[in-house]
Amino acid sequence: MLKLLPKIRRPIRCYAAVLAPRSDSFAKIMQTDLMAFENFLGKEGVKKDDISNHTTDWTGQFKGHGSVVLYPKNTEEVSAILAYCMKNKIAVVPQGGNTGLVGGSIPVHDEVVLSMNKINKLFSFDDTMGILQCDAGFILEELDNKLSKLGYMMPFDLGAKGSCQIGGNIATCAGGIRLIRYGSLHAHLLGLTVVLPDEQGSVVHLGSKIRKDNTSLHTPHLFLGSEGQLGVITNVTMTAVPRPKSVQSAMLGVESFKKCCEVLKLAKSRLSEVLSSFEFLDEAIMECLKTNLNLHPVLNASSIPFSILVETSGSNEDHDMEKMSAFLDECLSKKLIVDGVLAGSSADATKMWQLRESAPLAVTRDGYVYKHDVSLPLEHYYELTNVMKERCGDLAKRVVTYGHLGDGNTHLNITSSKQNEDLEKLMYPFLYEWVVAHGGSISAEHGIGQLKLPYSNLGKESEERLLTKKLKKIFDPNGILNPYKMI
Amino acid sequence: MKILVGVKRVVDYAVKIRIMPDRSGVFTEGVQHSMNPFDEIALEEAVKLKEKKLATEVVAFSLGGPKSAEVLRTALAKGADKAIHVQVSDAEAGKLESFHVAKTLQKIVEQEKFDAVFLGKQAIDDDSSQTAPILAGLLDWPQALYASKVEDGGSGHMKVTREIDGGLDTVKVKVPFVLSADLRLNEPRYATLPNIMKAKKKPLKNIPITELGIDISPQTQTIEVTEPPVRQAGGFVEDVSALVAKLKEKGFVKA
Repeated sequence: MLKLLPKIRRPIRCYAAVLAPRSDSFAKIMQTDLMAFENFLGKEGVKKDDISNHTTDWTGQFKGHGSVVLYPKNTEEVSAILAYCMKNKIAVVPQGGNTGLVGGSIPVHDEVVLSMNKINKLFSFDDTMGILQCDAGFILEELDNKLSKLGYMMPFDLGAKGSCQIGGNIATCAGGIRLIRYGSLHAHLLGLTVVLPDEQGSVVHLGSKIRKDNTSLHTPHLFLGSEGQLGVITNVTMTAVPRPKSVQSAMLGVESFKKCCEVLKLAKSRLSEVLSSFEFLDEAIMECLKTNLNLHPVLNASSIPFSILVETSGSNEDHDMEKMSAFLDECLSKKLIVDGVLAGSSADATKMWQLRESAPLAVTRDGYVYKHDVSLPLEHYYELTNVMKERCGDLAKRVVTYGHLGDGNTHLNITSSKQNEDLEKLMYPFLYEWVVAHGGSISAEHGIGQLKLPYSNLGKESEERLLTKKLKKIFDPNGILNPYKMI
Repeated sequence: MKILVGVKRVVDYAVKIRIMPDRSGVFTEGVQHSMNPFDEIALEEAVKLKEKKLATEVVAFSLGGPKSAEVLRTALAKGADKAIHVQVSDAEAGKLESFHVAKTLQKIVEQEKFDAVFLGKQAIDDDSSQTAPILAGLLDWPQALYASKVEDGGSGHMKVTREIDGGLDTVKVKVPFVLSADLRLNEPRYATLPNIMKAKKKPLKNIPITELGIDISPQTQTIEVTEPPVRQAGGFVEDVSALVAKLKEKGFVKA
């Protein structure tokens, strides 16, 4: 399934982190430093002009002030840079495809941007064990295309796949739409080559190249979702999964949220190993899609409170169709659904997925949008929407919800025609506190970065935060990696 | 008006076609199939005419291997009243030509007395575009090909707007007639679950090709199937003046 990310420009969010002041402990870049970098990387590896695409994130929401971008070509060059920066106390922000949503991959002040763009040479794949080893700068889609020829695919898929890099995916523990089937990246990561920001710029090989290795702390996993705080990932070893030969999609209309959960339960038991997506859209987002993008719902009935998009991926079309048909029969006979459509061709499936994938774009057309990426236990999943609807009242233009129901991840979006401080005061920090009080996480996928730093203590014990800070200190004694963010 | 609609099971348009190593054809096993998109449009139009009371019955037809029954079930779920599956083996199905399909349709039309045959303008697998005109010739019926609009023409006629190179061509055809559907004729509906359930109870008649006495021996021979030449990658230019300079350099515009 193609997941193209609509190129949208999100408006600047005013509740965003209060900008941390520049730390005096970091040195300012001097001519001698630039000469040293050129010495390590050659002239073409150091760029000072025309670097705005490295200092602005793709949402346009965060703009940094870095003045130099470095393009190392291999692990050794990264090592030389980090050792030099550590000794000279120069702050560094590692950067992959720069597709993050929380301002984690761009400089806040004058940090040096360490781009992984050119570390994309080594690639090897064991097509019996399904083990991939590659440089961190490979673009996700490129890897997926390479694996496709060998009958495999990457075990995760996300909108930014045409730009995001595997190293960045690891550093942010990317989620996406296949998580329900293949699990999080923790299920796939086997090993990493990382460079530490210590005096030697130590190159460390963590984990191994085999599927089972229980001989140490699972150190590579410490880097999953580490947001560039601990070290720079230069090479990744992970498992890939066999590419499905049959993909079936169906859209179901459901009357109540409770029944949505029952459909999920039934899907898990009846579709079990072939279930690959379980996406959720409420009536408000369907209305928004129709009004703002002229995208009409697939289901015809006049009022359908909730729509669910179910996808299976398997190796045998007959087998998958039999399972899907039996599942749909049962949904109908148990009256769990009021209507439904089974895609008869890829054209049908594309139309269904277009609704889900266009949702982020549709909300932006309202004018101003407050986006959320929280996860909740299912019993509170939709309660949040109702609570916010009531709380925001007329101040909000729309309160819409879509998301990965199968993972308990809701993308609650609250829109208004323009930025509204009164609305913001009603929402924050109320919303995040509500989520934590109901056993959820304030960021299911996007991470903390700069955006959620003010809320990073929510839902985490102070001991845990302290331990995190201690760990950071061990890996990065001078704190030069990705400062002013996350930890 | 009783309408017969031809629906063909083809490799889904989104599947990346792979050529067999011996170059004798393309891989079809384990590959997603669906109803030929143009046939879907033809079917939708027939069902719409029935809803407008211009047609009395819509019968879906497919000539193909055992799995063609799947597209017939889909056709029934999308509004056809009955279905006819003229059966051949998978091996034979791969070698069928437009002429064989037209001959079979002719036989069915003569046996079951239809007033119109609706077909897609072409099948997306062989792109022949021949079945509708051959059938019109065999039946000696008028034809309305590449239809983009179908209306009642009054006194036993239909008014059909056709898409042609220069624009639109409107013809009046006397019923009975053969129609082929173009892309913009309509937007096919989905097969909803309740309708899929109902379709299971609708009649689907199986007729082995041998019963019709139609000779399907190939009249053509496939010598070789190859991939189209790979398109060369394009390049980017900075601005309009760079583009113009490049075009001049290549001799596409006069210097």
